[in-house]
Amino acid sequence: MYDFDYLRPTTVADAVALLAQRSEAKFLAGGQTLLPTLKQRLAQPEAVIDLSRIAALQGIREDGDALVIGAMTLHADVAASALVLRVIPALAALAGEIGDRQVRNRGTLGGSISNNDPAADYPGAVLGLGATIETDRRSIAADDFFTGMFETALDPGEIVTSVRFPVPQRAAYRKFPNPASRYATAGVFVARTVDGVRVAVTGAGATVFRVPAIEDALAADFSPAALTGITVDDDGLNSDIHASAAYRAHLIMVLARRAVAAIS
Amino acid sequence: MPTVTITVNGNTVSRAVEGRTLLVHFLREQLGLTGTHVGCDTSQCGACVVLVDGRSIKSCTMLAAQADGREVTTIEGLAAADGTLHPMQAAFRQHHGLQYGFCTPGMVMSAVELARTTPHLTEQAVRDGLEGNICRCTGYHNIVKAILAGAEAMQVEPVAQAAE
Repeated sequence: MYDFDYLRPTTVADAVALLAQRSEAKFLAGGQTLLPTLKQRLAQPEAVIDLSRIAALQGIREDGDALVIGAMTLHADVAASALVLRVIPALAALAGEIGDRQVRNRGTLGGSISNNDPAADYPGAVLGLGATIETDRRSIAADDFFTGMFETALDPGEIVTSVRFPVPQRAAYRKFPNPASRYATAGVFVARTVDGVRVAVTGAGATVFRVPAIEDALAADFSPAALTGITVDDDGLNSDIHASAAYRAHLIMVLARRAVAAIS
Repeated sequence: MPTVTITVNGNTVSRAVEGRTLLVHFLREQLGLTGTHVGCDTSQCGACVVLVDGRSIKSCTMLAAQADGREVTTIEGLAAADGTLHPMQAAFRQHHGLQYGFCTPGMVMSAVELARTTPHLTEQAVRDGLEGNICRCTGYHNIVKAILAGAEAMQVEPVAQAAE
């Protein structure tokens, strides 16, 4: 790892200011992606700004018909939260299946979605639930947030402060984990909400995406049988040593049926 | 260089570290606590697992600076001062939960957290809980047996101590 200045602000404003002062600096959330990246010398920031001691980025609370989770909340804490388990159990279950125990004890919600790894789990829940990403300067709808592989709508120096998840009527997430990394070979998040059905797919494409054909079918008939005959075009899906695009397209429908079966 | 103050196995130490110093290198090279191993160095194998404020983490994927002000427990911190093994260590010995042993410190540290945080451990819960620890000898059978026995001993021990 190349050396860098380690900085540890205690307020969001200080973190933003520190980043602006440096020509090349990185925010450090849980570090479960950034630190391996630095160890491989794939990045050489002049400064690393640790967000872990900023109290305003912590915590889980209920706010009206939404669950608000601070950006630096650990996966393990979301998975074990009595509040999340009661209000959006599918979200707790998803967090409990990310990586392994040690990754869940360090990795954070804000870090995961800001990194937007195409195989990460959290983008599935954020898009599937139609969440709103709160940053230090604005609110961004999930539908506008995930813009491409490892790309988001965040501006340089913008910090995710929390994510506001509207509480669905029912929701479920099913994934086919890579047996070594636990990343999603494909993962499908299905949510029934007062505004309709939302279906988000992670792991299969360049970034998380919705599948209108599945949403429409489930809006008409919320049952696994309603998905019979629906296929996902494999054009543009990921193809690698773990799974071909055609296999991922197949997995999406299998996982969608499993998720629907879990909540119907 | 930033100075970090970390309580390691009950002893509070202050050292100057580079920003890039990983916790595992701080423990091994600055403090000489070589029981924590570097296996894959890519945060997959779990040989470097230690507890930070009671939570198991991979010390190859955490900066020493991030542990500033925290309490770290390594494999060296488990046994009693007189050398009496921690119940989990004793269970690994009794059930032969190791072959050549390189993964063992990480396995034991993960197991201690698992046993503390999971009230009624099942074999499946142990196997799921070990996702982040790889045994290259593939000796999982006895490791799982050892963890189930160690967890049971950890449940019993506080009662026994209270009765003394």
